[in-house]
Amino acid sequence: MKISGWSLIRLYTILVYVFMFAPIVAVVLLSFNPEQFGSFPMKGFSFRWYVKLAENDAILIAFKNSLILGSLTSLLVTAIGIPAAMAFVRYEFPGKNSLNTLLLAPIMIPEVVLGVALLIFIRWLQQPKSFLLLLFGHVVITLPYVLLVVQARLVGIRREYEEAALSLGANPFQTFMEVTLPLLTPAILAGMLFSFTISFDDVTATLFWATATNQTVPVKIFGMLRNSISPEINALGTVMIILTVSIPLLAGYLSRKLSKG
Amino acid sequence: MQNKSWKPWAMMAPSLSAVFLLLVIPVCFIVVYSFWLRAPTGADIPAFQFGNYAKFFEDFFYPSILIRTIRVALETVALCLVMGYIPAYFFYRSETRHKSLLLLLIMLPFWISFIIRTLSWINILGETGLINHLLLKFGILNEPLSLLYNEGAVLLGLIQYLLPFMILNVYVSLEGIDKSLLEAARSLGCTEWQAFREVTLPLSLPGVSAGCLLVFVLTAGTYLPPMILGGPGNDMIANLIFKRVIGTLDWPFGSAISVLLLALLGVIVFTYNRYLGINQVFKSLSS
Repeated sequence: MKISGWSLIRLYTILVYVFMFAPIVAVVLLSFNPEQFGSFPMKGFSFRWYVKLAENDAILIAFKNSLILGSLTSLLVTAIGIPAAMAFVRYEFPGKNSLNTLLLAPIMIPEVVLGVALLIFIRWLQQPKSFLLLLFGHVVITLPYVLLVVQARLVGIRREYEEAALSLGANPFQTFMEVTLPLLTPAILAGMLFSFTISFDDVTATLFWATATNQTVPVKIFGMLRNSISPEINALGTVMIILTVSIPLLAGYLSRKLSKG
Repeated sequence: MQNKSWKPWAMMAPSLSAVFLLLVIPVCFIVVYSFWLRAPTGADIPAFQFGNYAKFFEDFFYPSILIRTIRVALETVALCLVMGYIPAYFFYRSETRHKSLLLLLIMLPFWISFIIRTLSWINILGETGLINHLLLKFGILNEPLSLLYNEGAVLLGLIQYLLPFMILNVYVSLEGIDKSLLEAARSLGCTEWQAFREVTLPLSLPGVSAGCLLVFVLTAGTYLPPMILGGPGNDMIANLIFKRVIGTLDWPFGSAISVLLLALLGVIVFTYNRYLGINQVFKSLSS
């Protein structure tokens, strides 16, 4: 009886996985279908749509925009997020909990509202939509996730290591460079990767902020969808999936390898 | 250490100013803007009047979209709970070596753009999609079913987007349960099912409620699945905001709808925080 109950649970879990991944697998499969209307059944295997993508200047520009935006977002948000995360993990001060909640609040505010709010704000400041708007917007969207991820990793870095360095005669700067920073590196990398991917993938708020000249890849896909789905969209989707999924997997692999020494 | 009390503040200053300048002030600003008048041409006129809110409640059209949003969000919460609890329980009890791989897999969709996950359903549900292809091929049907552009398709897109949040929240809560409690229950004569019902289930409720809150809030604020997978009758409140702000450029009205959405979610989040505490939600997101 117990065994059959457990097998049911297992079967159910497998079905949930199928549900989660079937549509994504379909995107990847259909991107290799050479047929014009790229639907099932598969009529062969070709890179036709990938070649077409590579020849599409508008898509290449969107890729460049997304990469630049994602990189700058991750640099900026990690630079402001790491010190804040350290302050929360290392120090006690009045109002700590409320401030932490305030910094995490953007998670609970719908991106639509954030999109409208920033847009109206810059309109009031009489500024046009620009790349800076996208960058600042992405910083606000990614900041709470970076704080969460980094805080979780920082808890494990014990203060005693630094105190030991100090008591052995290192000055505070040396201590930071020789002890704290190396210990922090995994947290910094995790924060950067996380924010890069969120920025690279974001569409909900970005649609409010992007202009014709500032399109990111998800915004471009949204525009292409207006006509209906095409094998080209599936190919572009597959490139996005490979890029944003391989980065965390690679990072996880590297960090495990590094920590083993 | 007293002389260093400024230090954490200096460390937090850049993040706090970013959130303040780019979130707190702009959100306050949409509240102000929601009282403004829309000018037929040119810039909107600063004013203090409730016309935009009155317009929302003028007839049943807009409130019905609000009600639909709440209904769809509740349906999504219920379906995510039904689909998510059992896999989370499976991860908790499973002793397979591949547990971390399985968890990684369920997290993987987080890393795939929302727009790709949403449009991917067209390949499955469309007239030439996988389901219709199979039904036609095996002669079960003579012409394709229209499975897209209805509430069911919207729900599928929403569930696929939000299920990992639910599974993760429940799993984190289950992992926190002391397994010796279960052994105690079993040794005192509980059946497996009784032990689950009396020990595991009640102790997993914090994760369940955190997952439900997160799924509700994220559903209520999303417009992509209704826009891509839904029909004209499936618009939710966020679609309305998108159409007013991007489509018809009616910013004051768009602001008023945004304020209403924020107020609805605000009431829910604050009530939740009052009775259950919001930190559980953040706890699972950080793992």
